[in-house]
Amino acid sequence: MAGKASKARGAETIDTAATGAAAAHTPSAFLEVRDLKIHFPSDDGLVKSVDGLSFELERGRTLGIVGESGSGKSVTSLGILGLHNRRNAKVSGEIWLDGQELVGATEEQVRRLRGRDMAMIFQDPLSSMHPFYTVGQQIVEAYRIHHDVSKKAARKHAIEMLGRVGIPKPDRRVDDYPHQFSGGMRQRAMIAMALSCDPELLIADEPTTALDVTVQAQILDLIRDLQREFNSAVIMITHDLGVVAELSDDILVMYGGRSVEYGSVEDVFHRPEHPYTWGLLGSMPRLDRDRTERLMPIKGTPPSLINLPPGCAFSPRCAFEGLTDGKATTERPELRESAPGHKVACHLPAERRRQIWAEEIAPKL
Amino acid sequence: MSTSQDRADTPEDTAAGTGGDTAAATATAAGPAGAGEPLLEVDNLGKHFPVTQGIVFKRQIGAVKAVDGVSFSVRKGETLGLVGESGCGKTTTGRMIMRLLDSSFGKITFEGRDITGLSQGQMRPLRRDLQMIFQDPYSSLNPRQTVGAIIGAAFKLQGETPQQGTRAAVQELLQLVGLSPEHYNRYPHEFSGGQRQRIGIARTLALKPKLIVADEPVSALDVSVQAQVVNLLEDLQDELGLTYVVIAHDLSVVRHISDRVAVMYLGKIVEVGDRNDLYAKPMHPYTNALLSAVPIPDPAQRAGRERIRLQGDVPSPLDPPPACRFHTRCWKAQDICKQVEPPLVELSPGHQAACHFPENTTVSQTDLVAKAAVSPGASADGAADAPQAQE
Repeated sequence: MAGKASKARGAETIDTAATGAAAAHTPSAFLEVRDLKIHFPSDDGLVKSVDGLSFELERGRTLGIVGESGSGKSVTSLGILGLHNRRNAKVSGEIWLDGQELVGATEEQVRRLRGRDMAMIFQDPLSSMHPFYTVGQQIVEAYRIHHDVSKKAARKHAIEMLGRVGIPKPDRRVDDYPHQFSGGMRQRAMIAMALSCDPELLIADEPTTALDVTVQAQILDLIRDLQREFNSAVIMITHDLGVVAELSDDILVMYGGRSVEYGSVEDVFHRPEHPYTWGLLGSMPRLDRDRTERLMPIKGTPPSLINLPPGCAFSPRCAFEGLTDGKATTERPELRESAPGHKVACHLPAERRRQIWAEEIAPKL
Repeated sequence: MSTSQDRADTPEDTAAGTGGDTAAATATAAGPAGAGEPLLEVDNLGKHFPVTQGIVFKRQIGAVKAVDGVSFSVRKGETLGLVGESGCGKTTTGRMIMRLLDSSFGKITFEGRDITGLSQGQMRPLRRDLQMIFQDPYSSLNPRQTVGAIIGAAFKLQGETPQQGTRAAVQELLQLVGLSPEHYNRYPHEFSGGQRQRIGIARTLALKPKLIVADEPVSALDVSVQAQVVNLLEDLQDELGLTYVVIAHDLSVVRHISDRVAVMYLGKIVEVGDRNDLYAKPMHPYTNALLSAVPIPDPAQRAGRERIRLQGDVPSPLDPPPACRFHTRCWKAQDICKQVEPPLVELSPGHQAACHFPENTTVSQTDLVAKAAVSPGASADGAADAPQAQE
């Protein structure tokens, strides 16, 4: 556990001696998640929402986390921010943010970081803003929790932030209630609130799913521009492969609470090696290609997180499961490096995977 | 084509104000390549929802012009896609076609019969031909009924007993949509979203409808399951010769399943065309902007892509902008766009757009402007409410 929760922005060193047993590891990246597990006991059994997830992220970079509903992508983000239900959830593994260990940190320690060092943009801005307070009051509150400034100064800051995210006449709109904003404006206000304390880690959980396509384009541009300006690390969580391809530097594909493929955006889109990633790419009608006669869906449905299939969680839906000599149904595949920086969790031999992609999958996309 | 006759009966036709030649062009919304005969024709259809004020004495203070005069036709066996952003009136249009909502004005013709004014009782026999697939597979199935009862209800309501018996018929339908006959006695909560959507589709198909209106049939589903349902809809169309009107906001899905596509903006159709034509050579600036806003799942293209970014949000349908409704966000807008509503005219065979300054067309802009200018009556809301003075 980090001894000092005090903020040492930019400092790579931390009082590691106080972190106890986990201190053997010295994190190098700005955000490093190692073997994160978030399990929820329920009446039906243990829900393994996140089951052994590892990734890292540097400042100024964007990580896209892609997966279907129930793949554990949102729980991951809540876990990093410490917003999961502490009483129910069993969290293990390590989350290092700028040298501070977040797993096992007290509520108070996490609270001090949340908002200031890490912030979140939620999917539905209408239900994540308080309907009773004006947009301005909500931004002011978030800002004043972390900064010792007068209400007047905080309000000025709120107006400035609203202007920066492209809300017209921010000095007047600051006194509006969330319902008076349109969907796109609400999401902008949400972003203004998230960025009000200049966080270094910004997590956007399906930030544009509730928005129309033209507004989505505006919001994605905004996130991209602000990231450049603030040099923050961004985690973009979405089910939309188009959105991650536009924004991300690296991509993590999740399935059944586990990562199945992790690599640069080029790796995942141009040289994908996991059959699930192939399936996602084949399921999508694309505007940038000639229309294919038929889509190539993945058979079956996503698994229950209580009863994950033994071995590889994807094996019941995998078209190539038969090529693994039965390993896919008995042994859980590890996320292994297949090429520099490109990791895949699959029992198929790497050579065979590349061959299948080049000969069977890519030509049909 | 019978379209022209139908149009002649309606004096408040949108196109009527725009001069004879354009009216003729609009009438052939089906396009010249029309193989099948039109199954459904929609003529200047509109829906205004009144906005009232006061508690005891309600007076109308305005109207939400959800749909404001749309015309199109759907041929047998084809799929028409209706796309647009939220609030553009695509769902309202679909519900009016189904007669789940009464239209404020306009005419709906199904198989040559005017169904606009039919009562619920008169509609009932027609319901077997007109069916709907709903967006949300969770709220559109009764949680207290078994799958067998849900699908079997279609037969019961029409007073029909299938030859092989209802149970066997339902089980056949389950197989047709890729479920297993053993699912007959299960309840909706035992199924995943994709399976529920299949149940909804099986119910829709029970009475062998001619036209299916599918309102966002896949938007609630996961990507991998979405593709399964899209393929299923296409297979069923080939097998059973169905005609679809697919309402969706996802432009890639619409391109994949539609033969023709109509783009809506604020209650109006701004462009209609053959799928390939419309996506390859969009004419209306709004269509261009929509297409360029779709994120492309290919990192190689993110640098070189030309983007059009619309400013602001869609204006309120309570008080839509006058004349061309898109002029407040359009980068090509000029004075004429604020004064004269551009009519929906055919600019290339089977491809119509409502714009004074369309792209990807050989029709000269001066011609278009001249055409629109001689019909001063074609203003934003006038087209619907009052018969237009012809030149």
